[in-house]
Amino acid sequence: MTPTATETQGGSTNDSTDKWNLRLYIAGDSPNSRAALANLEQLCEQYLPGRYEIEVVDLIKDPVLARDHQIVAIPTLVRKLPEPMRRIIGDLSNADKALVALDLSCSTPGKP
Amino acid sequence: MAKWTGGGPSERGLDKVPTGIDGLDEVLDGGLPSGRPTLVCGGAGCGKTLFGMQFLVRGALLHGEPGVFIAFEERPEDLAANVASLGIELDDLQARGLLAIDHIRVEPHEIVESGEYDLQGLFLRLGLAIDTVGAKRVVIDTLEVLLGGLSNYGILRAELRRLFAWLKERGVSAIITAERGEGRLTRHGLEEYVSDCVIVLDHRVLEQISTRRLRVVKYRGSTHGTNEYPFLIDRDGITVLPITGAGLAHEVSDERVSSGVARLDAMLGGQGYYRGSTVLVSGTAGVGKSTLAAHFVDATCSQGERVLYMSFEEAPAQILRNMHTIGIELAAHQAAGLLRFAAARPTAWGLETHLVVIHRLVREHQPSAVVLDPISTFVDAGASADAHDMLVRLIDALKGSGITALLTSLTSPKLAPEATEVQVSSMVDTWLLVKSIEVDGERNRGLYVLKSRGMAHSNQVREFVIGAGGVSLLDVYVGPEGVVTGSARLAQEARERDEAHREALEREHVQRLLERRKALHREQLARLEAELTAETVELERKLMESRQRAEAARADRRRMALARKADRVPSEES
Repeated sequence: MTPTATETQGGSTNDSTDKWNLRLYIAGDSPNSRAALANLEQLCEQYLPGRYEIEVVDLIKDPVLARDHQIVAIPTLVRKLPEPMRRIIGDLSNADKALVALDLSCSTPGKP
Repeated sequence: MAKWTGGGPSERGLDKVPTGIDGLDEVLDGGLPSGRPTLVCGGAGCGKTLFGMQFLVRGALLHGEPGVFIAFEERPEDLAANVASLGIELDDLQARGLLAIDHIRVEPHEIVESGEYDLQGLFLRLGLAIDTVGAKRVVIDTLEVLLGGLSNYGILRAELRRLFAWLKERGVSAIITAERGEGRLTRHGLEEYVSDCVIVLDHRVLEQISTRRLRVVKYRGSTHGTNEYPFLIDRDGITVLPITGAGLAHEVSDERVSSGVARLDAMLGGQGYYRGSTVLVSGTAGVGKSTLAAHFVDATCSQGERVLYMSFEEAPAQILRNMHTIGIELAAHQAAGLLRFAAARPTAWGLETHLVVIHRLVREHQPSAVVLDPISTFVDAGASADAHDMLVRLIDALKGSGITALLTSLTSPKLAPEATEVQVSSMVDTWLLVKSIEVDGERNRGLYVLKSRGMAHSNQVREFVIGAGGVSLLDVYVGPEGVVTGSARLAQEARERDEAHREALEREHVQRLLERRKALHREQLARLEAELTAETVELERKLMESRQRAEAARADRRRMALARKADRVPSEES
């Protein structure tokens, strides 16, 4: 399992146990995929500044991962850490649902 | 005898791929549309998954077409375990590169939707699997799971349309399974997308008996059977029985086969049944219907021909034992592989399933005769009309293959003996009725030939006796009170014997009297003859003496005249 692209943005203000590990599955350069990445980065910047890591997996390049990781819908966001694992499908344009699903709204004092 | 093939696929117009499911290709007039998707829908447990799996496995093994199985419902290990009982080894097929299985797990409660998405992941996985084995066939089982797990119907509809177009583009022959919906074919209206071929599987339970049926609802651009066809799932997977309208066009044979009872053959124009005809033996309980069947089996097997004996009441071992006690040895035929028993309670399966089972056994065993003992129990197993339909189809199929069928039927003592509960009598060619005749506190059996098409047959009743040598038919006495059987017959026989004896004695007596008379006469004649002879001798002697005396007197007179020198001497004569 080799992430095809890894974007790591982070500060040094928090300890690593608090770190969020997110993986976004996309399929090439589709509008949904682009939108999802943009929306995800925006949410993370807003709620998890410096405490997140986003791994982008392009399944066009490595379709075996779609099978191995049970991906059907594109884009699919997987919250690997913190536990438990969460799955969100869609371009995350519905921010409220995404926040609830990721359990972000209460993990950090919001500063919308 | 025509070989029982169960029909073969016929090529016509549309490109088709054989399903490899026994009997289905005949219904589909060759198979499923090649390179296009087919929808197979049905309720839970109706055999959709097996249908798909069999399509892939047979395709891979028989037609050199590798396949892909996309499992939404079952995990690969469950799938493998489920079909292992049918002798299908998925691991082996996968190792040989003939099959790829991908289990797509969709857990609705684990998935949250936010915004737009597509099912590109599914397409990628499908593409990957197809490329891995070079698949020509694809089964997706069951798309409903996807539809149940995701909630954005707008997206799903568009993606499904795209999926079917994509499958066609890839040129794979696909089966998409779907759950049956209320009031429509599928729960989520998948039939809107798959327009080429739709097959509905059904699993019905009527009066606690389940029957599986299959129907081709739609097959664009192809002829297909439109009936509901019963099918069976057993160790060989799915077997569909096409109810071909065999009609009445089957070939008929002039050849005759022995019934196994010499005098019965004699009653049937001297030669027995026609080959390929249908014989019904009906009668009340315990009159020897099975025994007549056993005789027929024995006679047929003794000719080196194969027989299939379907027993619906007795276990084969019991039949073997019972027939052994009356001197009919069926075990040897069984050991020689000529006789095959199949026993099943009529209530074990639905009627249609029985039909499929019989059909398959016939195909396997290729018998020249089939015994169904008895058919009347099917009335218990289903509505009478259904039983009738089933038997018509069965008889048609057997006739079409030139197989002689012997059916036994139990009639209720309350009904007229000619009434067969299952109204099959019009379909049978030869109908034997074994009727019990109660008289003088005894129950005896009489055998009648109610009808026998195409042969001169005896109109007489024969007494039917089962003894150590099996069935024998005896002449019956017809007296003023009707047919005389059993001990009444024996008494009658004794009376006739006495009568005959008396007459013989009488004849002897008269003969002796005559002889005596003749002897007496002869004696008298002899005596008269002797008397006559004796008298004749006496009288002739007297005559001679008298003559001699007269001669002497004359001679004396002459001598005296000569001595006296008489003037007149008497002549020497007179």
